[in-house]
Amino acid sequence: MSDMNNAMVEKYRNSFLSEVEANVEEGEWVKMCMQCGVCAGSCPLGDAWEHTPQKIFMMIRAGKREEVLASDSMWMCTSCYNCIVRCPRELPITHIMHGLAHYAKRLGIVPKGQPTAKFAQLFWDNLMKKGRVNELKLGMALYFMNGFGEGVKVAMKNQKLGMNMIKTKRMNPMEIMGGHAVKDLSGFHKVIKKAEELEEARIAKHGG
Amino acid sequence: MAKREYSFYPGCSSQKGASSSNYMVSVQTMCEELDIQLNEIPDWNCCSASIGYAGGGELPRLALSARNIALSEEHNPGQDIVATCAACWLATRETQERLQHDEGLMAETNTALAEAGLTLKADAPIKHMAEVLIQDIGYDEIGAKVKKPLEGIKIAGYVGCQTNRPFGIAGESYENPKYLDKLVDTLGADSIPDYEKKVQCCGGALAFSEPEKSQEMIKGIIESAYDHGADMIVTPCPVCQMNVEVYQDQINATHGTKFKMPVVYYSTLMSVAYGRSAQDAALNGQVIPAKKLEEIANK
Repeated sequence: MSDMNNAMVEKYRNSFLSEVEANVEEGEWVKMCMQCGVCAGSCPLGDAWEHTPQKIFMMIRAGKREEVLASDSMWMCTSCYNCIVRCPRELPITHIMHGLAHYAKRLGIVPKGQPTAKFAQLFWDNLMKKGRVNELKLGMALYFMNGFGEGVKVAMKNQKLGMNMIKTKRMNPMEIMGGHAVKDLSGFHKVIKKAEELEEARIAKHGG
Repeated sequence: MAKREYSFYPGCSSQKGASSSNYMVSVQTMCEELDIQLNEIPDWNCCSASIGYAGGGELPRLALSARNIALSEEHNPGQDIVATCAACWLATRETQERLQHDEGLMAETNTALAEAGLTLKADAPIKHMAEVLIQDIGYDEIGAKVKKPLEGIKIAGYVGCQTNRPFGIAGESYENPKYLDKLVDTLGADSIPDYEKKVQCCGGALAFSEPEKSQEMIKGIIESAYDHGADMIVTPCPVCQMNVEVYQDQINATHGTKFKMPVVYYSTLMSVAYGRSAQDAALNGQVIPAKKLEEIANK
């Protein structure tokens, strides 16, 4: 558990709902949930969730901090936005799921080996390097994200797919040399760094 | 008709040698025929799509799209921003709406952008190319340009998720959008209005991290198209296109199916219907060849 996690537990010990409202993207909407279950029935990966959004919202209100933040569930969100458009109370459910996932990651409580958590981080790190996604490097990183042995197996399984993409010029092996990038890379990095600093300062204020 | 101009955000997957570079080729062909000029936003960056949330907090993610909007305001002032990728469109528009509704975030975003000498107002409309076609141009003008009607081709209109939700096309329903079917009919092909998988999720980015769960959903999307007698599937989204087209071998191996269903873009159909070559329509970018379109293009 991170220091930040301990600080948050200390500060919000009586109310996980307040913690979510203050620190999770769109978290202030959680209390608006009326427990109808439409989101649960609308989720394309609903069967794969340990806790549907409906349950997650009730668990937040019931103060089940550990169960919510360590849950696999919000990492199953495909960002299809079905729940958002169907919610009778117009909760931005997709964004709350992303927000919970991000907050759990920030606190260092992501379930071990969660594949989407790993891939999502790889994606972010990839785009941060050059300001644009390098699909070839992202694909390679994805194959090998569970170690070398597993990576070779996955790469072999996807060999034909890769060849098809190269043949149709929808993948370029030369991207390994660097690939597409924004020109004002230093400006790009400065903007993101500043945004990160401003956000961290805001959260530190809540945690302190 | 005067030339229409837009500030264009192409997105990472549309770049040369990237997974939807074929989409870009057919979009450019389509725009030539419709007299649309796309002014690329200079030095645009990735929007972080919908999967950026693990590594990126809210403000850094908003800053990504904000930088693109600011560059558009500086270099293409007064022009609506257009994206061809559903995720690019969604992220950019979402950023705009959130900043407009939250003064604090807007102020912080501008503080971050100032580091690169940029500033933004975020007041220009942000459109998906499908909106440009349907709202700005309209079916009549789209139909009037058809030189080779796509006669005898049955096409399942797969709208998918993010072109449809949460914003969608004005006047269309989230559960049963009809614009793609109308477009198919306008081009002389046969639509399948009761294609029940038209807004089913393909897994999006989870096709990479949760391949089994995603391929199960993709299987349903293709199976239903076959059940309706479709010759091919058409979609407005690069992620949908790739997910539904390129995993068919793996799905066949896992499930014992014999799928070989071409998946094309609306711009592919339009380029062929407008009499352009197979190359201009990027038919060479199909992993599963769209033979019926090739026949028409080569006629």
